[in-house]
Amino acid sequence: MADKDSMVVADELLLLERLRMGDEVAFIRLLDLHSPSMIRLAIVYVTNRGIAEEVVQDTWLGVLRGLDRFEGRSSLKTWIFHILINIAKTRCQREGRCVPFSSLSEAELDFSEPTVVTSRFWPPNTPYEGSWISFPHRWEENPEKHLLSQEAQACLHKAINELLPRQKVIITLRDIEGLTAHEVCSLLQITEANQRVLLHRARAYVRRALEHYFDEKDV
Amino acid sequence: MMDSNELSCKEVVELVTDYIEQALLPEMRTKVDEHLTNCPSCALYYMQVQQTIAALRTLTNEAVFPETREELLQQFRQLREE
Repeated sequence: MADKDSMVVADELLLLERLRMGDEVAFIRLLDLHSPSMIRLAIVYVTNRGIAEEVVQDTWLGVLRGLDRFEGRSSLKTWIFHILINIAKTRCQREGRCVPFSSLSEAELDFSEPTVVTSRFWPPNTPYEGSWISFPHRWEENPEKHLLSQEAQACLHKAINELLPRQKVIITLRDIEGLTAHEVCSLLQITEANQRVLLHRARAYVRRALEHYFDEKDV
Repeated sequence: MMDSNELSCKEVVELVTDYIEQALLPEMRTKVDEHLTNCPSCALYYMQVQQTIAALRTLTNEAVFPETREELLQQFRQLREE
């Protein structure tokens, strides 16, 4: 995976060079490479696909205008996302249809709320206190393969859509887009600890959705 | 009966993310390691979290529509002239 990443980076730097020289082919390649991710991220903020596409267009303009300023200190994708998030937030405010991002709600940061429902474990003052009663069970012989199916992907999409906004952004950036914790914290201006809490809750939710999915397949 | 020093399954499932992110202090990390070694259910839970993450990584992206591409290309050309 490391090799693939470094190849991608080298490829991107080359594309950037050509882009700076006005190479259209390079631009189209970058468009195709990043736009789908950008749309996905924009939709989390503006919720509407049409507006998301406009946000992405504006972002590309911002990218093209700001090319000279990109110093390569972050990945290109992170830099693009940074521009996108700013544009999306501005657009949000203008449209008055803001998804609540400005402050983390208490619900989102509630450490005490377990991510696996309490009833799945032996209660306090029992001999096996804290151990599983309702065990997780194997999903299938080869869940990895199954998880690539359209059905499973639809299940994943649905689960992600049901997440609270901040959790949705975090899991999108970390697990779908592959940004590092550091990059995400910098993009969203949150602490690593808060980022982990959000990620934890988001992943637990999605895992539970997959558990239900496989449960239903067994029936 | 469980040693009060050991982690329960209920505790371990809430530590999974910190564990994966390598955000646990060494002593805690060791406790989680030990629990995962000795508890097949939690080991399975942990594996399922990993499978979830791996599955997310493969989510396919919707393509960008050709009209949008064309518009952007026009803007690119305009900017190039400036």
